[in-house]
Amino acid sequence: MGKDPRGQGAFLAAAAAGCAGGAMTPRLELRGISKTFPGVVANDDVSLRVMPGEIHAVLGENGAGKSTLMKIIYGAMAADRGEIFWDGEPVRIPSPAAARQLGVGMVYQHFSLFESVSVAENIAVAVDEPFDLPALSARVRELSQRYGLPLDPGRLLGHLSVGERQRVEIVRCLLQHPRLLILDEPTSVLTPQAVKRLFETLRVVAAEGCSLLYISHKLEEIRALCDNATVLRRGAVAGGADPKVASSAELAALMTGAALPETRREPARPEPAPRLEVRSLNVTSEDPFGVPLRDVSFAVHPGEIVGIAGVSGNGQTELAALLSGERTVPDKDAIRLDGEPAAHLDAGARRDRGLAFVPEDRLGRGVVPLMSLRENAILTAHRLGMVRRGMLRRFKANAYAREVIERFNVRCTGAAATARSLSGGNLQKYIVGREIALSPRVLVVSQPTWGLDVAAAAAIRQALIDLSRRSAAVLVISEELDELFEICDRILVIYEGRLSASRERGETNVEEIGLLMAGMGADPGAGMGWVAGQAMNAGEAANAGVGST
Amino acid sequence: MRLHFEPRPTPSFAMQVLAPVAALGLTVAVGCVLFALLDLDPIETLRIFFVRPLSSANGVSEWLLKASPLILIGLGLAVGFRANVWNIGAEGMFVIGAICACGPALAFGEGGHVWLLPLMALAGAAGGVAWAAVPAFLRVRFNANEILVTLMLNYVAILLLGWLVRGPWRDPYGFNYPQTAIFGPSALFDPLVGGYRVNTSIFITLAVVAAAWVFIQWSFAGYRMTVGGAAPAAARFAGFRESRAIWLGLLIGGGCAGLAGMMEAAGPLGQLSPTISPGYGFAAIIVAFIGRLHPFGIVLGGLLLSLLYMGGESAQIMLKLPAALTRTFQGMLLFFLLAADFMIYYRPRLAGRR
Repeated sequence: MGKDPRGQGAFLAAAAAGCAGGAMTPRLELRGISKTFPGVVANDDVSLRVMPGEIHAVLGENGAGKSTLMKIIYGAMAADRGEIFWDGEPVRIPSPAAARQLGVGMVYQHFSLFESVSVAENIAVAVDEPFDLPALSARVRELSQRYGLPLDPGRLLGHLSVGERQRVEIVRCLLQHPRLLILDEPTSVLTPQAVKRLFETLRVVAAEGCSLLYISHKLEEIRALCDNATVLRRGAVAGGADPKVASSAELAALMTGAALPETRREPARPEPAPRLEVRSLNVTSEDPFGVPLRDVSFAVHPGEIVGIAGVSGNGQTELAALLSGERTVPDKDAIRLDGEPAAHLDAGARRDRGLAFVPEDRLGRGVVPLMSLRENAILTAHRLGMVRRGMLRRFKANAYAREVIERFNVRCTGAAATARSLSGGNLQKYIVGREIALSPRVLVVSQPTWGLDVAAAAAIRQALIDLSRRSAAVLVISEELDELFEICDRILVIYEGRLSASRERGETNVEEIGLLMAGMGADPGAGMGWVAGQAMNAGEAANAGVGST
Repeated sequence: MRLHFEPRPTPSFAMQVLAPVAALGLTVAVGCVLFALLDLDPIETLRIFFVRPLSSANGVSEWLLKASPLILIGLGLAVGFRANVWNIGAEGMFVIGAICACGPALAFGEGGHVWLLPLMALAGAAGGVAWAAVPAFLRVRFNANEILVTLMLNYVAILLLGWLVRGPWRDPYGFNYPQTAIFGPSALFDPLVGGYRVNTSIFITLAVVAAAWVFIQWSFAGYRMTVGGAAPAAARFAGFRESRAIWLGLLIGGGCAGLAGMMEAAGPLGQLSPTISPGYGFAAIIVAFIGRLHPFGIVLGGLLLSLLYMGGESAQIMLKLPAALTRTFQGMLLFFLLAADFMIYYRPRLAGRR
């Protein structure tokens, strides 16, 4: 995606800006925005300018204050200090409704959509106008065509892929004729091909004069798409950059204040006997909109990292719960640990056999939110002598928590801090650290670096590599393809509950995996691949970048 | 300017302590309004309600006597509540405990035996446990809602008691009153101080307070239950079985309530009658929550609720106020407590221009 003709976007933007009038009045200007939460300065004297038709990146690590700043622009939060100018006029944005009135649209990272009603109905809910479904459907169709976002307004939302759901969100915003569109990490749920399609759409939107604020921590994307970038670090502007000129390393340095860390890895030397084995696992989902797993088989050997790629919502949640033992199946042999049947064992019994697991949900599943870090250590590490004769030895839990905090550089007030008080990234470091410190024989990790900053993500990836090289079997389920290519020795793809054959990392590439993620790859593997066109609709074909306009 | 609430980053410790105090204050305040509407002098009425009952040695004795079963039941319930096991059948378990303790007492009659009292305690606790096993089994095996099952079993237990004292266990020399014979001396707890009703069973309650504290704070089983209540998905993640938490939560609650029923029968009552409980099993729910499901808090909660019972009686006698007043106060207290609890996790903020 990095080789896209960026010049075109910049040209269009410049053209649009030119059309808007010779005197370049910024569409949006922030001056000295500050916002303080108890104990945290979220935004510190942030100033920012977005011209009409400009695609402006707001870049920063997690916790750098991007979300707070966007909430202030969108009226969901009030700044403590500072001014906002809209088309050169000072404005107050007390509510999201006021923001929409001005022409600000926002596409959130986590969709707010109703699964059990149609696309058009989902859009009708958010549009401030009389309810007229047929007319709205026609407009949705027209709009989605114009921007290359194919969408059938009559379809039930629950049947849509994640990429399609995002289109619903975007169309919903575009219907309001926004003059500034804010996109919060919009590519985290897309295949590489779908990202390209999205970028094309965004360039068209910008070319029509709409300004875009593009929030992300993915440097390559920003370099591919954006005209300008404002980099935030610890709530303050660390600098501006021209992403077309600046290298990723320069942007990363601005973002983190340090050089981009690189992971070290030795070649994998997997042992011949598999440690985790899954054999023709067939399971229906407990969630009515969930994905059934069909004939899933794979193995992970000690000493290697295996990755499972896929767009979210293709059965990863179900697979993770089945591997961890949170869900069991009666067919004992469907999952084997060290050659022993384990599919019927619950999470505790599997952990007794050396399995550790990091879930994608942190608060409430990986940790108890209101418990302290040391109490949360007991959750999975109680096997390490924290319980004697049924009684807790809290000093041991305390020591364990402190060791994890130190070894994985978890930023917190100490082992007594409640899990809820940690930022997402630090909490993830704690959870991953807690599981790795167990020295597991098998580690299953779901979305290891989801929402994490560059440094934290690199630290976790390195820790996973190191663990595997100490002859643990590591399985990583992730939606971030770059990550899988960085750390995995073999990669499999999950699509609609089916798993592709595994591919050695050196023998595949992002394009091939991307096609598989969209269900497009003709897979020769063991008769369980899928054929192009199977179970696919027009939307997904476009999603995969095939047959596009 | 508009008032709204936002979540606190960490729960406020100050509010955890203040919430029960604020709830009590609001209850008293609304109580005063209530008294004023009844044409009573609020200050004087409050004095009769809260001060007069404790102004004599006998009053203190009665205070402790009533607090003891409330605390004991509340401790048992709190263990379940912490694991999201909603046992509201303590009233029935209390009654069954009293019935089971009564069996050996009646069998031995006047004669008695040194081991009779421990036997009764064991029978009472076992009865409560058995009664609680019914909803536990139904919940674990058939996912039957334990709230409904425990609630309905209350009525079964009370009707069983009514049948026993009117039928097979009726005192043949009791002038046909629906009550059993009076227990022999060896089936009764000794008074703590001669002349007063408060008895040695209070030590059982104290021992259970300590045991509950150890269980909740220091045992792995207690930890697992707390995790299950606070974050069920985390308990599944860690492999803590929900069924174990349900069994333990209900059985411990039943055992404590049954033991409290035995202590009541072998203490101030000395026999069974159709109305052995003034609603201890329900009031203990309030006690558990006022005490923040913490053993030491529950001791304070039990003392407070006991005082409310006595104040209600005192108000009935002195002011001819209806007995329902006690329940009204209990209800208000729980209502305000739950409202005040909100402030532990949220804080008010005035939204407006800055």
